[in-house]
Amino acid sequence: MRALPVGEDSLLVEVSSGEEAQALHAELVRRRAQGLLVVREIVPAARTVLLDGVAAPDRLARELARAELPAAVPPATEVVDIPVRYDGPDLADVAAHWGVGASEVARIHTAVEFRVAFCGFAPGFGYLTGLPPGREVPRRATPRTAVPAGAVALAGPYTGVYPRSSPGGWQLIGRTDTRLWDPARVPAALLSPGTRVRFVAVEGA
Amino acid sequence: MTDRALAVVRAGALTTVQDQGRPGHAHLGVPRSGALDGPAAALVNRLVGNPPEAAVLETTLNGCALRPRSAVTVAVGGAPCPVTVDGRPVAWGAPVRVPAGALLDVGAAVHGVRSYVGVGGGITVEPVLGSRSTDLLSGLGPPPLTDDSVLPVGRAAGRYARVDGAPQPRPPTELVLRVSLGPRDDWFTPRAVRAFTTGTYRVSAASNRIGLRTEGPALERVRPGELPSEGMVLGAVQVPPDGRPVVFLADHPTTGGYPVIGVVRAADLPAAAQALPGIPVRFVAVRRRSGGPGPG
Repeated sequence: MRALPVGEDSLLVEVSSGEEAQALHAELVRRRAQGLLVVREIVPAARTVLLDGVAAPDRLARELARAELPAAVPPATEVVDIPVRYDGPDLADVAAHWGVGASEVARIHTAVEFRVAFCGFAPGFGYLTGLPPGREVPRRATPRTAVPAGAVALAGPYTGVYPRSSPGGWQLIGRTDTRLWDPARVPAALLSPGTRVRFVAVEGA
Repeated sequence: MTDRALAVVRAGALTTVQDQGRPGHAHLGVPRSGALDGPAAALVNRLVGNPPEAAVLETTLNGCALRPRSAVTVAVGGAPCPVTVDGRPVAWGAPVRVPAGALLDVGAAVHGVRSYVGVGGGITVEPVLGSRSTDLLSGLGPPPLTDDSVLPVGRAAGRYARVDGAPQPRPPTELVLRVSLGPRDDWFTPRAVRAFTTGTYRVSAASNRIGLRTEGPALERVRPGELPSEGMVLGAVQVPPDGRPVVFLADHPTTGGYPVIGVVRAADLPAAAQALPGIPVRFVAVRRRSGGPGPG
């Protein structure tokens, strides 16, 4: 673990794997909930957790270096089910990358329990991990100028669901009617870091 | 239904509703947003007797024109500009009473970029995640003003500040931004880090609420590619593949994959928000006041 100073009042804590980053994030959120950590933002990402807005970043860095941080992600309390029609325009390309038939993509994708590693790109967009090694897919060579809201997509090791229509370079395998982001709802984001997710195949137009 | 509202007669190039933003949601991918020149927004609120969290209007270069449906107290600050009510000049940087139906015209900035219009009672559009700010990156909050739109105004507190007027900022000849290096300065050649902290850049016309873009010496990296996506802070100086530093402002993305060579001090960002395209920019490396976390 390495804690890098960021500006005057932030720390970027770097670890060696996505799993470690998720575990560190869960631990930091736990500490904040217990009043042991005062920070404006805790932002997990692929291999890092950013602590933005801390009073004494140097002291916190020393504390974290000494602390025994759990290596495993704690069990989640709830699982969000997201119904998906697996009829995306890139389904055949993903099947080809995986070396399976197109109908196998849904079977493989629905068998996984995903976890939101981090959010970014747009409000409510989660980077979901859980696909086994060997299931990574490249981004599309040419990004689409408009990916519809609800598109279920893959890139690298991640699965994501577009919360609203936006440009995007991920491989589209399906779509859902579930609203990922609704500012009028509490919470607005269906997915937040640490949320467990299962995709459930549904038929229909 | 009250008549406390402003009719937008001339929206201007880009006028948005801004308050102190919506920090605390970065882990959901929600930018902080909020007024780019925070002190100017706070000042106009003070001049009209609003609490600091009241929403104001942020204009870009050419102001805006508004017609209140009932009498309001307004104050214009930030970038200095002519202000008129029904064509008659009124004070900039001071509370001004605008009668019902009169035309308040906030003119083009004499220097600087963004003027702020505070209105007694504040702009009371529906908040999203606790803020009324327009976030141009993710589209949260109210859309930018359009001609003929109508903005609700809250009930004024009744007392406004006993301030004769605010001093006009002098036109800046150059923008000096103090930066703490890191966290990814090791992605750049020592020569590039030197060029960054000693060279002169210019503010690019492509700058916006997301970032202050610059033109100048391209910063050469020691390693290619992208970082795994990591959290970004306000003031982060990200260096995209073209090598030209971008200073992240209020609507910046919450995560990013281009290396951050340094972070600009928060106190210097209001000046960045007022820097016109073409103005020289210097990044001056400073030591962290905290002394940094040290090795390990």
